[in-house]
Amino acid sequence: MSVDLSLLPDGGMGWLDASGQYADIVLSTRIRLARNVDGYAFTANARDGERLRVLSQVREAVGAVPALTESVMYRLDELPPASRALLHERHLVSKELAGLDAQHPVRTGAAVFLADGLGVMVNEEDHLRLQALRSGFALQDAFAAIDKLDRDLGSRLPYSFHNEFGFLTACPTNVGTGMRGSVLIHLPGLVLTKEIGKVLASLQQMGLTYRGLYGEGSEVVGNFFQISNQTTLGRSEEELLDQLLRVVGHVVEREAEARRVLLRDAGYIIEDKLWRAYGTLRYARSLTFDEAMNYLSGVRLAVGLKLISSLSVYTLNKLLIFSQAAHLAFAEGRALTESETNLARARYVRKALEEEAGSVG
Amino acid sequence: MLCDSCRERDAVVHLTTIENNAVHQLHLCERCAAERGVETTVATPKHPLGEFLHEVHQQVASSSHEVVRCTFCNTTMADFRATGRWGCARCYTNFEAGIRELLRRIQGSHRHVGRAYHPPMNETLERSAVLGELRERLRRAIEGEQFELAADLRDRIRVME
Repeated sequence: MSVDLSLLPDGGMGWLDASGQYADIVLSTRIRLARNVDGYAFTANARDGERLRVLSQVREAVGAVPALTESVMYRLDELPPASRALLHERHLVSKELAGLDAQHPVRTGAAVFLADGLGVMVNEEDHLRLQALRSGFALQDAFAAIDKLDRDLGSRLPYSFHNEFGFLTACPTNVGTGMRGSVLIHLPGLVLTKEIGKVLASLQQMGLTYRGLYGEGSEVVGNFFQISNQTTLGRSEEELLDQLLRVVGHVVEREAEARRVLLRDAGYIIEDKLWRAYGTLRYARSLTFDEAMNYLSGVRLAVGLKLISSLSVYTLNKLLIFSQAAHLAFAEGRALTESETNLARARYVRKALEEEAGSVG
Repeated sequence: MLCDSCRERDAVVHLTTIENNAVHQLHLCERCAAERGVETTVATPKHPLGEFLHEVHQQVASSSHEVVRCTFCNTTMADFRATGRWGCARCYTNFEAGIRELLRRIQGSHRHVGRAYHPPMNETLERSAVLGELRERLRRAIEGEQFELAADLRDRIRVME
């Protein structure tokens, strides 16, 4: 059985539609809440039977939650690896839930409920990982949605809660609010002007942290950073989000400023560099993932600076998703070797850019 | 060695009994030993070497604090150190003092000031759990083509809804 992503509204990619505020700098906003169902051992410590009971209890509750009545459920433990990788590449499930690590094979009872901009992962590190995804910079909107979902689910399921420590989680770094807000942000200007080191260091002083494109443990590639709150305890949800909102807002301004400086002081050098990136993507015959990400970063910057006008941010967002290995294999309808993947990637990117090329220049 | 009685916790009391000329060895955890009325406190010895041994015993006993297991999921501090994850919600109560210190170190605080939570009333939960169970049985009945059973289950679900 393979996964049918067409069941999802927008294929689960509404968050990439580039509609939000600062869409050329901020790709998306995500807030997740970690919750556990009381009465069972945490996922990693639970027996198969317990995880299945958690799932059946969650499924029952989900059926009565208005935001999720139309949701689609996928049982990860019943999907082949290629389909699980597809869901992971769309950022709809975590690597752990998808069981893609050799060390963490997929668990019995691992499932996800997906609705428009909302998701509930079941039997991840915690029994429940609720998440809200939004295009652009939209923390308040995402919080309103996730908070409502949390209250609706929490009135139908008994969460593990401790008066002093708050919502209890398997990892002590999530306990308290269980909330991690993160903003996926593209910072090529700060990288090129070498300001990025200072900015990242100041994040840590403000109680924030950063990760790569795929969250925890992932490398920074293509100048994409996920900025999120470091701690989950000792401050309220609103305070944590406020801090994130203010700091990310500031980072966005610094990035915009860096871009202005680049254009002013190094206009033709930057222009040349970005057009070369475009040229490579347009004509290369083989591209590794990292290469593609780095050139796409350049083209994205060129679009943001209005050097390239006929290419939409949405197309670039889609390229980020569809040029990944599992998506390429899915499109080709078979498993690909690494070199085949690189060929397929170059072919796919070429075609996508050609289609939008028209009057590029 | 696990307790012969509950098979959950480590045996700390080793009881030898002789019944009808047959020797029986019974290994029990503290809780099960107490349950059977077995005295577990070590009598204070009188001579100096005895005192020294007693002190050593007490040190071992206090460091055996390390092998305290969560009463719900059997997780120990050593398990936590190996994985960085607690085993269940009860661990937070069983290791409360240690956790408070840990949270102060890694989170800068141990006090939740975010939104409070009150779990739903029992009736709601029971109804929801029963419905979940019935739906699961319905799914299995349909898969197993037991259509009479499925019809019956469907009726019961309808009534509850």
